[in-house]
Amino acid sequence: MNVTFRVNGRAVTVDVPADMPLLWVLRDVLELKGTKYGCGVAQCGACTVHVNGAPTRSCVTPAQAVAGADVGTVEGLSADGTHALQRAWLELDVPQCGYCQAGQLMSAAALLERTAAPTDEDIDRAMNGNLCRCTTYLRIRQAIHRAASLRTAEAQGSGSIPNEVPIPQR
Amino acid sequence: MTTTLIMNRRRFLSVTAIAGGGLLLGFRVDSSGAAVPLFDPVTSDFVPNAYIRISADNIATIIAKNPEIGQGVKTMLPMLIADELDVDWSSVRIEQGDLDTEKYTAQSAGGSNATPSSWLPMRRVGAAARAMLVMAAARTWGVPVAELTTGSGSVHHRASGRSSTYGELGAAAASVTPPDLESVPLKDPEQFRIIGTSVPNVDGLAIVTGKPIYGIDFTVPGMLHAVYVKCPVFGGTVASANLEAVGRLPGVREAFVLEGGSSLSGLLAGVAIVADTWWAAHTARRSLRVEWNEGATATQSSESFARQAAELSQRSPQRSLRTDGDPATALRSAARTVRAEYHYPFIAHAPLEPQNCTAHFHDGRMEIWAPSQTPARGRQLVAQTLGIPESDITIHLTRIGGGFGRRLANDYMVEAAAIAQRVDAPVKLLWTREDDMQHDFYRPAGWHYFTGGVDANGRLVAWRDHFISFGEGERFAPSAAISPNEFPARFVPNFALDASVMPLGVPTGALRAPGSNGLCFAMQGFIDELAHAADRDPIEFRLDVLSQIHDREGWDADRMRGVLELVAEKSGWSGRDRLPRGTGMGVAFHYSHRGYFAEVVQATVSRTGELTVDRVWVAGDIGSQVINPLNAEHNVQGAVLDGIAEALGQEITIENGRTVQSNFHDFPLLRLTQAPPVVEVHFRTTDNPPTGLGEPALPPAIPALCAAIFQATGTRVRSLPLSKHDLSWS
Repeated sequence: MNVTFRVNGRAVTVDVPADMPLLWVLRDVLELKGTKYGCGVAQCGACTVHVNGAPTRSCVTPAQAVAGADVGTVEGLSADGTHALQRAWLELDVPQCGYCQAGQLMSAAALLERTAAPTDEDIDRAMNGNLCRCTTYLRIRQAIHRAASLRTAEAQGSGSIPNEVPIPQR
Repeated sequence: MTTTLIMNRRRFLSVTAIAGGGLLLGFRVDSSGAAVPLFDPVTSDFVPNAYIRISADNIATIIAKNPEIGQGVKTMLPMLIADELDVDWSSVRIEQGDLDTEKYTAQSAGGSNATPSSWLPMRRVGAAARAMLVMAAARTWGVPVAELTTGSGSVHHRASGRSSTYGELGAAAASVTPPDLESVPLKDPEQFRIIGTSVPNVDGLAIVTGKPIYGIDFTVPGMLHAVYVKCPVFGGTVASANLEAVGRLPGVREAFVLEGGSSLSGLLAGVAIVADTWWAAHTARRSLRVEWNEGATATQSSESFARQAAELSQRSPQRSLRTDGDPATALRSAARTVRAEYHYPFIAHAPLEPQNCTAHFHDGRMEIWAPSQTPARGRQLVAQTLGIPESDITIHLTRIGGGFGRRLANDYMVEAAAIAQRVDAPVKLLWTREDDMQHDFYRPAGWHYFTGGVDANGRLVAWRDHFISFGEGERFAPSAAISPNEFPARFVPNFALDASVMPLGVPTGALRAPGSNGLCFAMQGFIDELAHAADRDPIEFRLDVLSQIHDREGWDADRMRGVLELVAEKSGWSGRDRLPRGTGMGVAFHYSHRGYFAEVVQATVSRTGELTVDRVWVAGDIGSQVINPLNAEHNVQGAVLDGIAEALGQEITIENGRTVQSNFHDFPLLRLTQAPPVVEVHFRTTDNPPTGLGEPALPPAIPALCAAIFQATGTRVRSLPLSKHDLSWS
């Protein structure tokens, strides 16, 4: 069946089986490989995308369910790594194997859209469904706080960005 | 290219493989046997060896030869080369090398081996290129080499004020005889400008922008997609399957049986479904009906293993691995003796990127894109299984979404290649999570029946361990062995290590810190019990054990005492007696993969038994130099939390010869809220060659956590996972 929706602001129409999950539409039809397959049953969060702004597990979301919707993927954060979360992720060197990080970033992006300065408890709630097999959680938490302060500084037009998060130095 | 040159090639490469140095002046021999000029007149690149390419605009491209599984090796190895080459990191570009066993050495990711095996060789590669550039400047300017310095990719002559970039010197450097790698001068560590600094992951930007860099992302034009369905009982074969019906399903191109062989680490029998998309192949799988010949393993189960272990423990051990002194007499005369039984279960690797591989068979040649930790072994396996000469198999290395030892095996590679051999198109094989969970090479379960004794002074005087594991005769199953020198061997005057094994049809293999990840839990757990029986502080008791060396063969007890003392200091260990009931601190140490690690875990258990890991302190000794502190800290934190994840809830259960668990709902990975907010990492630098970090920080985290639970609750945890224990207290 034909399904029309927007991906990262661009309108697309795909001819796919109605039950084909959005994950595979993105990866194998639209060639957007940033969104990852980890479990197929909404247990790990590696496939997290935004559907109308809400963090959504694309591995269990049939293509037909996103007809007319706005879908956002990691590629849509920015292509050059300039989104505050991407900058914080790079600054703190969050990824190890990196495979889960697209899903982590998308869950974090949805959190920051809702909550400009999330507390640790906010982060717990928003991020606990995103598994990282390398357990990069300490830096994920730090990087979300860092991204929030980067955004706040940008919004205030501040020239200098407070470095609240200590970066390991030796 | 002359015949003589080709015949000499292998011998030549065997002595110069590390640098691919010059056979003829100004040339090196590449792995196809061709003589390649060191200066390429077309691109104006200076290519002094197989690892380095310097462009006229002074960009140094460095080849990272090893598989990157998240350990940071793609950043670390080029750091070693770049520092000795004396270029700025900002002018370095990194390329992943393909498998080329003649050009590069030991292209594998395992055993925390990259640092110890590359520390000198990779630095020499950079230093050799630098020496050629310096010599070129000396000749060009007519000045002695001794008057020249380098920095930021340029050679300088201070006296005359002359400077040239490496890019400018490339053509002249190509006619310099490459120096002998064994004797090329290396920097004094005080001169390091990149080594020892925090360098972010070179693939960081590609990761956070979602670039297609993993094996699963790889595509080739015209590529088809495959699933491969194996018998749920390990080693089972296909009796019959409804191939015709499956072959007619939408999007399916072909469905066929691969016979497979008898080796659990080789190609196993199964049904391949090849389709236009992975979703079509996966959907067709639901209609697949297979009658399996399950074979003898169908009678095996975790329950039967436990029963056999209990029976074996009642009998005389099948064999003795080590005896020191007179353990029986010493145990009889000990002031206090303790008996305890420790057990750890099978566990899976569960890397987040499911197993996959892309293969294309054309014109008798096999081309493979593989996320493998051991691509060279993979190529051998494909060659032997499919009858293709190794020289006709090309393997490209992709970034890998987690290794942990799972991708030391190449089952997915030989499956993809076998399918591709039957299909007239490139094929990407992708496993489901369930395939991955149920067809792993598991960390084997193990049982330890301990007896230990302390004397009236509270000193450890006797230790006996009847280790029950898997294997046949004198052979242990993969990763199910124990070394006769495993701690506390060498440190107890009366010591016996015995072993009995039972047969196993379940595939086993190395999981991050193999052997150690189970053994350390058992050994350090029982040590903790003996410290308690001796009424001594757990660290003080361990320091005392480490001072009683009865055999100096093996690792250095002083280095272990060093990290144990450091972690005691950093954790505020002396204040542990003041912790409230329900909170405890536990300690453990372990030597593995050349690394010395001691760790303290603080944990809190609520009255109802809810466990929280509060904080972890780590002290490690990996020698004289931490190469990349930013990554080192992270790698250690990851290993510690990986250990905690294993301890908390991970277990693979075997029933009727098959794995019960199937996905992350019943094989839990650690979650963000389970991670302690702080894992403090401290390194004690010692005058020893630098060693690796992927693994050695993992093992102590598990017994240290269990010891913390003991202080918090009084409950001694002797089997894993913790989720099976009631930790409530009143």
